[in-house]
Amino acid sequence: MKNKRGVICFKNPPSILGYAAVAGDMEANGPLKGKFDKVFQGDMDGEKSFEKAESKMQLFAAKQALKKAGLSPDEIDIAFAGDLLNQCIGTNYGLRELNIPFAGIYGACSTMAESILIGSVFVSSGYVSKSIAVTSSHFCASERQFRFPLEYGGQRPLTAQWTATAAGAVVLGKQNEGKVNVKAACVGEIIDYQIKDMNNMGAAMAPAAVNTITKFFKSTKTQAEDYDMILTGDLGQVGSAILSQIMDKEGYPLKGKHSDCGLLLFDRQRQDVHSGGSGCGCSAAVLCADVLKRLETGKLKRVLFIATGALMSPTANQQGESIPGVAHLIFLEGNIGHGNCD
Amino acid sequence: MNMSYKEYGQLVKKMSPGSPIYKTFPLAFLIGGTICSVGEALRLWLSSMNMSKEECGIWVSVILIFITAVLTGFGVFHKIAKFGGAGTFVPITGFANAVVSPALEFQTEGFILGVSSKMFIIAGPVIVYGTIAAMASGTICYIINCLGGNI
Repeated sequence: MKNKRGVICFKNPPSILGYAAVAGDMEANGPLKGKFDKVFQGDMDGEKSFEKAESKMQLFAAKQALKKAGLSPDEIDIAFAGDLLNQCIGTNYGLRELNIPFAGIYGACSTMAESILIGSVFVSSGYVSKSIAVTSSHFCASERQFRFPLEYGGQRPLTAQWTATAAGAVVLGKQNEGKVNVKAACVGEIIDYQIKDMNNMGAAMAPAAVNTITKFFKSTKTQAEDYDMILTGDLGQVGSAILSQIMDKEGYPLKGKHSDCGLLLFDRQRQDVHSGGSGCGCSAAVLCADVLKRLETGKLKRVLFIATGALMSPTANQQGESIPGVAHLIFLEGNIGHGNCD
Repeated sequence: MNMSYKEYGQLVKKMSPGSPIYKTFPLAFLIGGTICSVGEALRLWLSSMNMSKEECGIWVSVILIFITAVLTGFGVFHKIAKFGGAGTFVPITGFANAVVSPALEFQTEGFILGVSSKMFIIAGPVIVYGTIAAMASGTICYIINCLGGNI
């Protein structure tokens, strides 16, 4: 069946054994205040560069998730991790001391869902028994790579998003070892609706989210009502508005079930983030600081987590190319119900 | 998704908030005007000290560049620019900030490959095309003068 391509319903759904989220001080003063495992101070937290600070965050998130899972690094069979920086240096330097077999991935802001998705396939297949997914982003490190220096006096358009300084990590193990299971997943396609404005990433990513969510709904014969939360990350205000409008048109209205990590991490009224947060750390931190806890305690039962990535390259953009988007989905279910995904 | 690129582009345009010009225009006028007034005050002050018109112009530029560099270094300039927009960008302050900010930020890559080579990543085009424009207008003036004109 053509529309099933990319949709995976796990026969042995892996479960989440431990998770951790860290954030910078601005993120930690947002609506999720007090929910992070650690707050990093200032732009560098005592390190010599933004990049080193990002690696430090990622390492802390990984170690903390392992600690909460009651595992040591040598009990983890494989790590799937990545970040926004060239050659994924946040990850390569951050995780090098753990000596975990490592496969680096790049999915822009979709990296958290992508790394959990791949880790789940590995665990579910039985080739590995435990894996870890880690991602991070750092506002300052991203700005200097993709845009302007921090002290440059430019105005950001209202459609622009704010790259979160945050990291998250999730440890995956066999079915029902933890309290939350990864029941299903959907690998997104590269969707490009010819948006060229690098200050409007939400618009570049929204069609990818539409594609992945509708494909998953069709394939599993479900709709928004079947879930407690449909969590995208990070479309921001503009992308979220576009998503819900198109989903209505497509005949799959989200009916108040939709939330967006970029809007949950920051308070747009109080914090100067324009359209909302972004960066792989944003969705990772929202998932690990808040949503997984609510799934564990039964406040949420069935959650679709769709991390969206704008695959933006400044080089390609300057050459006149548009910004492709991708959205990967994972279906998380609290341990209370053991139904199949379809 | 049953939508052409054009239709989607139109939807995006509709859903994307534009720049609030009722706020940005007056602010740019106010802050840009203030910077220019400071420049003019400096010029009057300097010319009261018997400086020639040309010397005054040079010193006003130097002082404004110096103030911008200091404010950029202390992390204040970009906060003013957030409100000032074109008001801080268009005067010489914008140019000074565009040189100082990358120089500061790329210190972590060292003085050669960081500070000095990245210093002109934003302001470089202004220097290149400013020089070309000066050469072109100079050539035109020279030709006209050769032909008996006087400019």
